[in-house]
Amino acid sequence: MISHLTVILGLQLLGEVITRALGLPLPGPVLGMVFFLVLLVLRPAFADAIKSTAQGLLAHLSLLFVPAGVGVVGHIKTLGSDVGVILLAIIISTIAAIVVSVYAFTLTAKLMGQSNG
Amino acid sequence: MADFQDIWTYLSSEPLLWLTATLAAYVIGDALFQASGKRAYINPVLIAVILLAIALTLSGTTYETYFNGAKFVHFMLGPATVCLAVPLYLNLRQVGKSIIPMLVALIVGPITAIGTALGIAYAFGIRGEVLLSLAPKSVTAPVAMGISESIGGSPTLTAVMVILTGITGAIVCTPLLNALKITDYRARGFAVGLTSHGIGTARAFQVNETAGTFAGVGMGANALATAILVPLLLTLF
Repeated sequence: MISHLTVILGLQLLGEVITRALGLPLPGPVLGMVFFLVLLVLRPAFADAIKSTAQGLLAHLSLLFVPAGVGVVGHIKTLGSDVGVILLAIIISTIAAIVVSVYAFTLTAKLMGQSNG
Repeated sequence: MADFQDIWTYLSSEPLLWLTATLAAYVIGDALFQASGKRAYINPVLIAVILLAIALTLSGTTYETYFNGAKFVHFMLGPATVCLAVPLYLNLRQVGKSIIPMLVALIVGPITAIGTALGIAYAFGIRGEVLLSLAPKSVTAPVAMGISESIGGSPTLTAVMVILTGITGAIVCTPLLNALKITDYRARGFAVGLTSHGIGTARAFQVNETAGTFAGVGMGANALATAILVPLLLTLF
């Protein structure tokens, strides 16, 4: 467990250092994820060992957004009188983007002759 | 016996109280979500945030004091993001097979997200810093804040819009995609991760592991796509 956490934190650290050193438009943890994937592909046995630690962390991924969400409440008033329009723009654009992306994906998959999954 | 003031002085200076409160608020939110039969609009994050906001207001606690405790939870976002590699690895063949549909969605999805948000806000008279801050709202917060700063927006405002977008996506995705009768969980997950980053990805994992995996890929890929597309699209406004 501790050795697994050390590997996970180490990969994040590596990601943070490299994205900063090279000025990449990616967050350190996303690059850390890419490194982790490479590691798992190279060492499949390690995947079985670390699977439960990783899935444990991901099981309550939603919880991890709560502190940032509480921060938003305090800042909503900085939007002032624009808050209604901003919310409208966010809701409509989120729905539109989900619809467009999902059809782009399914129609391309269909053209390629792929079925679900 | 110590009076309440002394106990409060201890509690308000140590991280324990607000760390516990954050977990407790989420446990309540999750219990309500489970009790509702996992209805999308009973969002555990939103419930926890509302409960904590009420608690902070009633106790006169600043966000700084709260975050002193909550930062331990917040910190775990980084390691959890790294761990998205595990479901990705376990579903690698399926992800590899879907590269081309993902690339197509990765071009039109972010353009729609950025274009419609800027278009609607512009039509209602939003200009300047607030408009610019809105552009990268579908991307995971650290990247969105970086993009916002580089184009002249406000990183703080962007962070607010990012979280609102995430919660919106997490609430609307299941009813919306069910109404459209989309049964391909690769497509469902990818669209949600692309549009509403980590909060959408967390929601996708609640629904289906394949959806969660593809949402994680969508989130990571859109961090790059939006960083490239936002400066291009802004030349239109």
